[in-house]
Amino acid sequence: MKRTALLLTAVLALAAIVWAENPLLINGAGATFPYPIYSKWFDVYHQKNGNIQFNYQSVGSGAGIKQVTEGTVDFGATDGPMNDDQLKAFQDKRGSAILHFPTVLGAVVPTYNVPGVTGALNFTPEALAGVFLGKITKWNDPAIAGVNKGVNLPAEDIVVVHRSDGSGTTYVWTDYLSKVSEEWNSKVKKSTSVNWPVGLGGKGNEGVTGLIKQTPDSIGYVELIYAVQNNVPYGSVKNSSGNFIKADLASVSAAAAGTTKDMPEDFRVSITNAPGKTSYPISSFTWLLIPTKFQDAGKRDAIKGFLKWMLTDGQGYAEPLSYAKLPKEVVERELKAIGKVQ
Amino acid sequence: MAIVNPTMQDAGPVVASRSFLSRLRDGDEIARLITFLFAASVVLITVLLVFELWTNSALARQKFGLHFFVTRVWDPVTDEYGALPFIFGTVMTSAIALLIAVPLGIGASIFLAELAPARVSDTLQFFIDLLAAVPSVIYGLLGVFIIVPLMRTVIYPALNKPFGYLPMFKGPSYGVGFLTAGIVLAIMVIPYIISVSREVLLSVPRDQREAALALGSTRWESTWKVVVPFAKTGIMGSIFLALARALGETMAVTMVIGNTPKISASIFSPGDTIASVIANQFTEATGDLYLQSLVGLGLVLFLLTFILNGMARLLIVVTTQKGSGKGNQ
Repeated sequence: MKRTALLLTAVLALAAIVWAENPLLINGAGATFPYPIYSKWFDVYHQKNGNIQFNYQSVGSGAGIKQVTEGTVDFGATDGPMNDDQLKAFQDKRGSAILHFPTVLGAVVPTYNVPGVTGALNFTPEALAGVFLGKITKWNDPAIAGVNKGVNLPAEDIVVVHRSDGSGTTYVWTDYLSKVSEEWNSKVKKSTSVNWPVGLGGKGNEGVTGLIKQTPDSIGYVELIYAVQNNVPYGSVKNSSGNFIKADLASVSAAAAGTTKDMPEDFRVSITNAPGKTSYPISSFTWLLIPTKFQDAGKRDAIKGFLKWMLTDGQGYAEPLSYAKLPKEVVERELKAIGKVQ
Repeated sequence: MAIVNPTMQDAGPVVASRSFLSRLRDGDEIARLITFLFAASVVLITVLLVFELWTNSALARQKFGLHFFVTRVWDPVTDEYGALPFIFGTVMTSAIALLIAVPLGIGASIFLAELAPARVSDTLQFFIDLLAAVPSVIYGLLGVFIIVPLMRTVIYPALNKPFGYLPMFKGPSYGVGFLTAGIVLAIMVIPYIISVSREVLLSVPRDQREAALALGSTRWESTWKVVVPFAKTGIMGSIFLALARALGETMAVTMVIGNTPKISASIFSPGDTIASVIANQFTEATGDLYLQSLVGLGLVLFLLTFILNGMARLLIVVTTQKGSGKGNQ
C-alpha cells in the first residue's frame, strides 16, 4: 500500500514536471551517420534551453529527404546533398526553398584483410577504382604492389566487399571513384546504392567489417568513425597532391578547408578528392536540411538558435565523438546563411 | 455441454422458434458475428495488402510491365530495375532449405511421436518450441560465425573437389552464398516442421496403429505405411508453413547470402533474395521509381508465395486422390 502510494506520487510528480515544461517539440529525421553527434547536441541544447526539445529519428538520408519534403518533420538530415530534382520537388510541394547546413565532417576509409600483411597499405585512386571495377583482380598487381614496396602481397584473388544497404557511406565512396576514374563515372556512377560490377554485399558498417574479417584477401570500405571505434585496420589513400594520407580528424578538416574557396552559395558541395597537401581525399560533409519558411515562428526561432549554437559552441562536441570539425571559413559563411530562414 | 444450465435444457424443444432477440440475448448471434468478423479480417488484411502493393508499385508496373520479371539488372543510378535475380535467389534458397529441412524434420517428428518414450518426446518438444521462438537475427549470427567459416573450410572443399565439374558445385566460395543461406533457413524452419508434424502424428487414432499391428506389420511398417499416410495432409501443412517462413525470411538471409543480385547455377555463389533487397534498400530509396520498384518486388514475393502454395496444394489433391482410389479397389 505504502509502495503504491509512493509510486503514484512519483508518477504524478513526473507528470507535473512534464506538464509544467510543455516543451516546444521539433521533429527531424534523416542520416544515420551523424546520429551520435546529433543526439548529443540535441540533448545538451535541451539542457541549456529547457523549453526546446528536438526529436531526431535516424531513418536514413533518403527517408529524411522524403519526410522533410512531405512536411511530416520540421527538418531533415542527409549525407549526400539533395539533387536538383529533389530541390525542385520540395519547391513544388512546399512553395519555398530548402537550405543545406553542413554540420560536421566524416570520411570513408578502405579496409582490408590480407593474410601476412599487418601494416597500413597505400592505395592509389587508380588501384581502388580498378579493384572495385573488377579490373585489378590480384593483390600483387603492380598497381597495388608498386606503391607498397617492401610489403609481401600475395598472388591471391581480391574479394571486394561493399555495402548492401543504401547508405551515405556508399554515396561518398562512389562519388570519389567517379571523380578519379573516367570508367567508373561512365559505367557505375554515384549513388547511395549502385549496380556493383563485382563483390559481396554486407549490411551496414558492421556487416562489411564482418565479411572482411571472415574472408581472406578481401577489401571493402567503412566509415572512419566506425573503423576508429572498432579498431578496424585501414589504409592510406593518395590525394590530389600526390601524398598518401591516412584519414584522421585533421586530414578530413583539411579537405573541407581546401574547398572553401569554390564552395557554392548553397553548400551543396562534394569535397572528395579535395585539393590541399594534407587533405584526405574521401571526406564529406553531412548536412541538416532546413526549410526557408516556417509556419510556426516559435519553431523557426528555436531552429535558428540551435543552428547558431551548433556552429559555435556545438562544434566543440564533435572531436570527442570522432567527427571532424567544420573549418572556420565554412562556419562564418553558414552563420550568415541562417538569416535566410524566415 | 456438461455445464449447460438445467433451465436452458428445459427450453430445448422451443429452440427453433426462439426469436432473434432471445438468441441475441443468449449470445449465439453475437458470438457468430464476432467470430465472423475475426475470420473476415484475414481476408480483409490480405486484400488490403495486395491493394497497397498494387497501387504503390504503379510506376514500376507501367514502366517495366512484364519485363520486370525477366530483367536481370538492378541499377538505382540509371533507374533500371528487374526482379529476376531476386526471384531466382528466393526460390533457390527456399528450395535448398526445404531439401534439407523436410527429411530431417519429418524424420525427427516420427521419432518423437511414434518411437520415443513420452517423457523424452515432451522434453525435446520443449526445446523445439524454444528454437521456433529464437529471433531470426540470432540464426543470422549463427550463420555468420559458424556456418560461413565451415562452408569455406569444410563443406566447399568436400563438395567442390569431387563434384566441381558439375555447374552446381563450380566456382569459388566466399563462405556466403545460396547454400549457406539455405542451410541457415533449414535450421530455422526445422522446428516448425517437427512441431506441427509431431502434433499431427500424435492425433492419428490409436486403432489405426493397432489394426496394422494386428495384421502382422512391424512397428516401422505400421508407422510408415499407415500412420504417416494418414497424417499426410497435416505434414504437408507443416511444410507449407516452413516454405512460407523460408520465402519471407529477411534478416538471417541478408547476413549470409552476400547480397549480390546475380544469377548463377553454382550453390556456392553469392546471391540476393526479394525480402533481403527490400530490407536493405528501402530506407535510402529516394526516387519514386526506385521506391515503387521495391514495392513491386513485394508484390512479386506475394505472387511467388501464392503460386508456390497453390502448386503444393495441387500436389496434395492429386496425391490424395490417387491414394483413395487405390483404397477403393
